[in-house]
Amino acid sequence: MTTRIVELRRGILKKNDELAAGLRASYAAAGVLVLNLVSSPGTGKTAFLERTLREVLAHGSRAAALVGDLETDNDARRLAASGAPVRQINTHGICHLDAEMIGKHLDGWEGVALGELDYLFIENVGNLVCPSSYDLGERIRVVLLSVTEGEDKPLKYPTMFNSADAAVITKMDIAEPCGFDRELALKNINEIRPGIRIFETSAKTGAGIEEWLGYLGEERKKRVS
Amino acid sequence: MHELSLVTSIVETVTETLAALPDSSRGARVLEVRLRVGALASVIPESLEFCWGIVSEGTPLEDSRLVVNLLPVVVHCEPCGIDSELEGVQSFRCPHCSELCGEIRQGRELEIDSIEIDDGEVSE
Repeated sequence: MTTRIVELRRGILKKNDELAAGLRASYAAAGVLVLNLVSSPGTGKTAFLERTLREVLAHGSRAAALVGDLETDNDARRLAASGAPVRQINTHGICHLDAEMIGKHLDGWEGVALGELDYLFIENVGNLVCPSSYDLGERIRVVLLSVTEGEDKPLKYPTMFNSADAAVITKMDIAEPCGFDRELALKNINEIRPGIRIFETSAKTGAGIEEWLGYLGEERKKRVS
Repeated sequence: MHELSLVTSIVETVTETLAALPDSSRGARVLEVRLRVGALASVIPESLEFCWGIVSEGTPLEDSRLVVNLLPVVVHCEPCGIDSELEGVQSFRCPHCSELCGEIRQGRELEIDSIEIDDGEVSE
């Protein structure tokens, strides 16, 4: 028996990373700002995105959304009410979106060309673990946390919070009856991802949405200039 | 729980690597696969091992060992100007000055480091 060691030094997710790099280049060439929204199930990603899409369109910008779920197109139908083009991705049991799924759903998306968009939002599958490993070529990864979830969520899921570029706290309108400890939540997020931008929002009342839209505008300008 | 897709990807990559080896190594059998997995990679070694036997069955990796080398998080502290290992992933503070550190130098790795193969009979 002759045994030997062969060095590989290869990323396990290399295929995904290569596809994501290709997507990132095509987003940059098209001048579209791409955001990947991640959270637990039930945080309110869809309600937050619905509000965001409505406001972005009302401000005269062009936006579209891809939405991932294991099954059903319920979220796509909700989001489409905003007037933005929306495409559902059903993963049929897979717990995250990957770059290949994004590429496939961008290809042949009738009536939608990246070059004609200012923003593309990707609503990931509700899961705070697996989506953290899969680069979708996005410019900004947004992690969402609702006031009903407990202030220690960032400590329980450090990988996801640490990999995010912005954090959004949702359902702030019910923070008080939920006994939400705002200071503790902010401290925990900052402990895991020092210096991250945090937005305290309510899709229902519109609280914090102006600031969020301002951030989107700034980030988009950085991409285009 | 995406360990099954990770293991599938590892088996594919190693199989491709074997196919690209020189002719004398054709039919080589894999004895061991060594991974480098960062503490921030969201991967549970036990889950990888659980999937390993199932996915490697019927491939040149069948009966091989999976060795997971876990890497702690290393942060860079700006004020101290040094890199330090963290004991956990609950707080990203410099162990020397307690400053919050945003710069991660290690901990996100998810790599196949190397494989040990048995070339079988090698003709001189």
